[in-house]
Amino acid sequence: MSARNLALSLAFTALATLPFWMPGIYYINVGSQILFYAIFALGLNVLVGYAGLVSLGHAGLFGIAAYATGYMLQLGYGHSEAILVALVIGVASMALYALLSLRSTGIGFIMITLALGEILWGLAYRWISLTGGDNGINVPTRPEPFGYSLTVPTTFYYVTLIIFVASVFMVAVFVRSPFGAALMGTRDQPRRMNALGYHVWMIRFYACLFSGLLTAVSGILFVYYTQFISPQTLSLTSSAEVLLMVISGGPGTLLGPIVGAALVVVVKTVVSGFVVRWNFLLGAIFVAIVILMPEGLVPGTVRLWRLMWRKRASADGVIPAKTEPTP
Amino acid sequence: MNFWLVLTVNSVTFGGLLFLLSAGFSLIFGLMRIPNLTHGSLFMLGAYIGATFVVGLLGFKLNFWLAAILAALAVAALGALAERLLLRRLPGDQLAQVLVTLGLSFMAADFCLMVWGGDPLSVATPDGLDGFARFGVMVFPFYRLAIIVIAAMVAIALWLLLDRTRLGAMIRAGVDDPDMARVVGIRVSQLFTIVFALGAGLAAFAGIIGGPILSVYPGLDQDMLPLALVVVILGGTGSLLGSFVGSIIVGFIYNFGQALLPELAYFVLFMPMLLVLLLRPQGLFGRHVP
Repeated sequence: MSARNLALSLAFTALATLPFWMPGIYYINVGSQILFYAIFALGLNVLVGYAGLVSLGHAGLFGIAAYATGYMLQLGYGHSEAILVALVIGVASMALYALLSLRSTGIGFIMITLALGEILWGLAYRWISLTGGDNGINVPTRPEPFGYSLTVPTTFYYVTLIIFVASVFMVAVFVRSPFGAALMGTRDQPRRMNALGYHVWMIRFYACLFSGLLTAVSGILFVYYTQFISPQTLSLTSSAEVLLMVISGGPGTLLGPIVGAALVVVVKTVVSGFVVRWNFLLGAIFVAIVILMPEGLVPGTVRLWRLMWRKRASADGVIPAKTEPTP
Repeated sequence: MNFWLVLTVNSVTFGGLLFLLSAGFSLIFGLMRIPNLTHGSLFMLGAYIGATFVVGLLGFKLNFWLAAILAALAVAALGALAERLLLRRLPGDQLAQVLVTLGLSFMAADFCLMVWGGDPLSVATPDGLDGFARFGVMVFPFYRLAIIVIAAMVAIALWLLLDRTRLGAMIRAGVDDPDMARVVGIRVSQLFTIVFALGAGLAAFAGIIGGPILSVYPGLDQDMLPLALVVVILGGTGSLLGSFVGSIIVGFIYNFGQALLPELAYFVLFMPMLLVLLLRPQGLFGRHVP
């Protein structure tokens, strides 16, 4: 078993048994938060990492799914209808979002998505008859699939874990598929891909839809977790936070966004209990990452790890077989 | 009638403030291709530092205008430092630039919260300008008219700087084609620092000048940054005229939107920007697509 597989199975075992060794409900809830934010970050990473499209308005899409769930429940529909409608609305909004923003790439894309995110935030904040404005929407109950009530933190954690594992699996399959390869092609060499006969715009559009699906899923988990949704969730700060999860962990890697989500959630919830100036700390961490590990935490650690191994191997007189991949 | 005229004056005033904020943003964006997401924080920092000078620091009470200039200089120095130490290391790497500028803005926001607390500060209107101008039946606060004059003066000064001086010619050359500018012997990297400091200083100046109208509060940075973005996208990056026209348009949309369509105010604000992006991606006066 390679070191990588061993580490992955250890991590999975740790996640699967987390409620047994964590010292309390509070930490189980932190675990749930990390997992659904990780799904959100995975969804954004499809665009930022694999398509090279930096979206700074994703919290708006996250919020749409959450608001749709809350609104449907407020209208008196059941949980399954609410979730279904929220998924459909989430992906449909992503389609519209993509239609508008895919006119451009690079900084242009950042700007358009930022504007779209701000529009969604503005609507949530000011369209009081629909969203309740600053008061937001309360979601009084959580669903009970197969008789297991999600009000129990451990149950909520396991349901989130199942959805999380499914999402990771979906992204892994997606990235390894020919479509994933084509998407990375449009990121690195859009003109060449076009010349090869690929429909660059369409590939990006499908990637957006996939990203939108994961975003909607995480938005629904979020609204059931907090049982409350307000415009704050759609703000630029929230969009920035999830983008920072992706960039700090390592864009274009499967593990990076998960590590980034864990970092941000832990600093926001656990560390903020000890450090009053946690926002400052978070900002300082981001700046430090850019200086020390510009490629992100996960690829950076892998690089250091390889460097160490290589040194040890060459000290033993063994020439390493693999050369360092050039960035 | 009076209502419309007051709204118009307020719009032009707000547009003037936005111009001070976004002219630097536009130049930084146009020259360095950096989405400077700290620009709102620079505005807020300027406002807080200036407000502190006005209220009095260690027993010294400064004149409002002196405080504004000192705050602008202090923030310009900070901006130059950030450019020299951080942004310089990340040319062309947009992800890293976004990460670092957002990280800095988190730090700045928390720093302001730590030093000045969560309560809004109000800045007193400078002496001699706290009255009203009367035109027949209509009444305008002097201070709002003063902002319009200041913004116009800064606009003219910037125009002279960019259009009539050697430095301005070099900056324009850098905006148009940085590689070519390097080839002909312009030290573009030095221009980066100068332009970044200038942009930071202007933003801070706008912050303190806007203090008596907007007051200074945590979250001011997040309120101003999107507005600067809208202006620059509407007007086009790297264009002074674009920032000017964009600021006035946004000033009008913002004030009229708030007054007439409060439920859709933000929608109305960002919609024209979206239209411009879709129909004319380089902005009204921009020369190249960002």
